[in-house]
Amino acid sequence: MVSTFQNYTRYLVIILFALFLAACETVPKDTASSSSTSSSSSSSSSTAAVEIQDGVYVGSDTVEMLAIDVPDRIFFAYDSHSLTKAAQNTLEKQAKWLKANGSVTIAIEGHADERGTREYNLALGDRRANAAKDYLMTQGISSSRVTTISFGKERPVNSGSNKKAWAQNRRSVTVRTN
Amino acid sequence: MKRLLVCLFPLILFTNISFAIIEIDITEGNREPLPLAISEFFHDNNQEIIDKKITENIRTVISDDLERSGLFSSIDDKAFIQTNRAMHLKPRFADWRLIKAQGLLTGELAIEDDRLRVEFRLWDTFAEKEIEGLVLITTIDNWRRISHMIADKIYERLTGEEGYFDTRIVYVAEEGPKNKRIKKLAIMDQDGANHKFLTSGKELVLTPRFNPVRQEITYLSYFKNLPRVYLLNIQTGIQEVVGDFPGMTFAPRFSPDGGKIIMSLAREGNSDLYVMDLTNRVVERLTDSPAIDTSPSYSPDGKKITFNSDRGGSQQIYVMDSNGRNQKRISKQGGNYATPVWSPRGDLIAFTKFYQGQYFIGVMRTDGSGERLLTENWYQEAPSWSSNGRVLIFYRETKANDAGDGHSSSIWSIDLTGFNERKIITPVDASDPSWSKLIQ
Repeated sequence: MVSTFQNYTRYLVIILFALFLAACETVPKDTASSSSTSSSSSSSSSTAAVEIQDGVYVGSDTVEMLAIDVPDRIFFAYDSHSLTKAAQNTLEKQAKWLKANGSVTIAIEGHADERGTREYNLALGDRRANAAKDYLMTQGISSSRVTTISFGKERPVNSGSNKKAWAQNRRSVTVRTN
Repeated sequence: MKRLLVCLFPLILFTNISFAIIEIDITEGNREPLPLAISEFFHDNNQEIIDKKITENIRTVISDDLERSGLFSSIDDKAFIQTNRAMHLKPRFADWRLIKAQGLLTGELAIEDDRLRVEFRLWDTFAEKEIEGLVLITTIDNWRRISHMIADKIYERLTGEEGYFDTRIVYVAEEGPKNKRIKKLAIMDQDGANHKFLTSGKELVLTPRFNPVRQEITYLSYFKNLPRVYLLNIQTGIQEVVGDFPGMTFAPRFSPDGGKIIMSLAREGNSDLYVMDLTNRVVERLTDSPAIDTSPSYSPDGKKITFNSDRGGSQQIYVMDSNGRNQKRISKQGGNYATPVWSPRGDLIAFTKFYQGQYFIGVMRTDGSGERLLTENWYQEAPSWSSNGRVLIFYRETKANDAGDGHSSSIWSIDLTGFNERKIITPVDASDPSWSKLIQ
């Protein structure tokens, strides 16, 4: 699976590329994520609170509750399926709730933002849903209770074309199936 | 789909011996379109032809096809000096040269035994010779296809390349707000005529692709919330799921012989490439990397496959043998690459590239050299080749505002030269276009 290694090689590639094109001012791959990290405060959102950290949405605007204090979704950085601390925290709450409600079955929907090709985003959504599922399994939830489905970029929660919308759309959502 | 009743009778294949002065090198970009005089075809005052406006319609379809190619212009018939029927036998070439027509199309129509007989001749007004001619016989209502075939013949004669007008486009028709988008499969002639929806919109459907040899489409459907690759027979309307896979199958495409489907299978967060033989249903796994492998496309000889993978840390284009061996990266110019599609001529791979927040449609040689970007925009992807490998269609989206409005999606075409970019008009928003081969 991922990642530090992959990220590491990615940066290596980028550094090599930057060396190769000495005049090049921006690195190719990470334009979207790096810009979303750096300019979250300058985006047009009216709230003063930081809503995007390291490319990951940390607000609560779109979040719904499966039960009291059990958020239904986690958020991801651009083109990433790594679980942030906050995501792990949310999944731990979901696991606890699932343990307390042993008959509940769930589907985890993986979603991507609109900045990427359709087919790749289907695969990326599948990665994200499975990253969440894997974490629930490490928390003792049986895989038989969890299905996954990727919607790629087909079902955004925020229809805007801005950094906040994209960050809100890079998500996996846990929904009850019974 | 109506059964296509076209009899193509080359009863009179006029001599082709003359050397033509008019010829177009279509590898050369942005040239002046070649002026053609396309006359209305003559007939003996046939009432049915008059009632159905067949003469006007045929002329319109032919000149629209040729003009849209960007290679030809159609001279306004008000400028025509010679208008009598004699022109079909022997034009007064000087009259046509005077109005700057380099080529002249004449024809005759008749209805015989309830069938439409169309005879046409293409004249080189400078060489003063007939350079192409054919008789086509069909059902009366098939005048549109006959027109496309004539346009194809003219294109072929004047460019030396196969035409691409008698073709269709299957695509995803989109309606509604972005977060509740309704998507249906739709099919139309290459010029937008004969538009028809193929699915109801109840299920999310994506990425339809034509079978190169049969009236069949493969696509992704979310039927019963199980995203799987499906087959749809266009003539019967029968749909069936392809194979029995333990996870999402997606990004399907046919092999050049139409007998196999290559696609991605996502399992436990990992997408790899598989191929299924449609005859014996045997499935073969082609890639086995922990990365995303998707968007596969065969070379026209079926020996190679190009695909998209992020195994090196970013999305790039790879090529491998059709059995999965010798996988190697070919995209090298910096930025991310996706949706590689092998040209029907075999020499190029079209792709989507994203670099510094912009999206490009481009082409490169099959070893990754000679990259050329044809068009740049805020978002565009998914190129599909014309049957002759000279034109690409793709879809483009506009940016939504912060309220989520202002978003649209449409299909565009562009020549391999990077010129002649055009929007293809569809009744509703459109994405994921796939262009058929010439209809058999």
